[in-house]
Amino acid sequence: MKKNFWVTGLIMFAILTIAACAAVDQATQLATVVGQTAGVITPTQGEAIRKSTKAVSKSLEDFTPEQEYYIGRAVAAVVLSKYPAYANNQVNQYINTLGQTLAAASDKPNIFNGYHFLVLDSDDINAFATPGGHVFVTRGLIRCCQSEDALAAVLAHEIGHIRFRHGMQSIEKARVTEALTVLASEGAKTLGSRDVAQLTNTFSGAISDIVNSMVNNGYSRSFEYQADQASVVLVQRVGYNPEGLIDMLTIMAKKLKPGGADFAKTHPAPQDRIEEIRSHNPAYAPVAAPQVRQERFLKAVARI
Amino acid sequence: MFRARYIVATLALLGVMFLHMPANAQETLSVQVKEGELRATPSFLGQIVARVAYGDRVSVIEDRGTWKKVSLKGKEGWMHTSALTTKKIALKAGQTDVRTGASQNEVALAGKGFNEQVEASFRKQNKNLDYTWINRMETFKVPPDQMRNFLTQGNVVPPSEGGKP
Repeated sequence: MKKNFWVTGLIMFAILTIAACAAVDQATQLATVVGQTAGVITPTQGEAIRKSTKAVSKSLEDFTPEQEYYIGRAVAAVVLSKYPAYANNQVNQYINTLGQTLAAASDKPNIFNGYHFLVLDSDDINAFATPGGHVFVTRGLIRCCQSEDALAAVLAHEIGHIRFRHGMQSIEKARVTEALTVLASEGAKTLGSRDVAQLTNTFSGAISDIVNSMVNNGYSRSFEYQADQASVVLVQRVGYNPEGLIDMLTIMAKKLKPGGADFAKTHPAPQDRIEEIRSHNPAYAPVAAPQVRQERFLKAVARI
Repeated sequence: MFRARYIVATLALLGVMFLHMPANAQETLSVQVKEGELRATPSFLGQIVARVAYGDRVSVIEDRGTWKKVSLKGKEGWMHTSALTTKKIALKAGQTDVRTGASQNEVALAGKGFNEQVEASFRKQNKNLDYTWINRMETFKVPPDQMRNFLTQGNVVPPSEGGKP
């Protein structure tokens, strides 16, 4: 009988513990309020405890998709200050149809304002994806693609960067905390001019963090390999041949100029990427796109 | 002895039921994208049957992988989970939800933080930045019909048609 009593107690304890773990934050909040009411801690102390609990839980997850969108627009503006847009409707329409179809089939089809694609007027071999869903590809990179399957792989790689939030992850931790602290303290009020000034500073900092790794230094090799693998998975899901990515990288290897400020600087060598892709995937048949597909591809990129 | 075991088992059962209760209650989620789309089928090529707005609260009727069938004011359709959040989204400062002190984890204030106001102030500091092409590229939209045609015409066939995602 006594043993059963303990078993019952243990089960109850386990249940309570699990329930509590699911809501540590709420539990702390509650405990603080209780402590305050009971007079064990002062309201000021209570406030401090509540704040510090929140500060600990601040992370990228606390940025809403809407805020990522505004970050993305600013990053996009910086990209467009380095490379001009390529004002060719034919090719821009084509990469939007292809790119938005791939994005819709991806693991993150819905972002705040959707995915949008634009060709950049440059011979550099470069591409960028902002947290707001703006994807840029240079003419130089499109010239590395000899099929729609290859171009699909390039766009799917960029969509992968957005899905894994690689851009957002390059924002310094301290800056994330800073931004979210301003937001938390602001509460339900509308922004005052001092808040705007402070937020603009943090915002500018976040933009330069992202631009620094995305445009100037490049993401880590592991981020690039992760985006390559996401591309392999996504293009197959839609019905393209992932061998297109290998084809594109093979051409890129020949075209990249050592010392260039483009993929030559920011990405692992194409040969390394090919090896990495091969090591994780079965061998694919060569790309044999149906004639209609190849014709529309060649027509769209005719003036590239 | 038998009775004691019976009590233990009942308690354990009650505990499990207690833990699972919130999951069984009808789930309500918020639309966290600018323009939410309800689709006829749980697929990226599914026809759009209705639209929902940022911050709208939808009730979940059915779950299928990364898709949820939801309803709102007589509208019904499938949404991808990436368009939804468990947080409430208050569209204006000073709304009841926000004022009653619900924690930040439960409520996200739309238009708060990095918003149009901050963008305007950022642009004032960076006059060299030109948003013309960003606004223009954001108007490029491809509806599901066009995607379907594009794939069909190019003879692009997904390996498992009608299946995932």
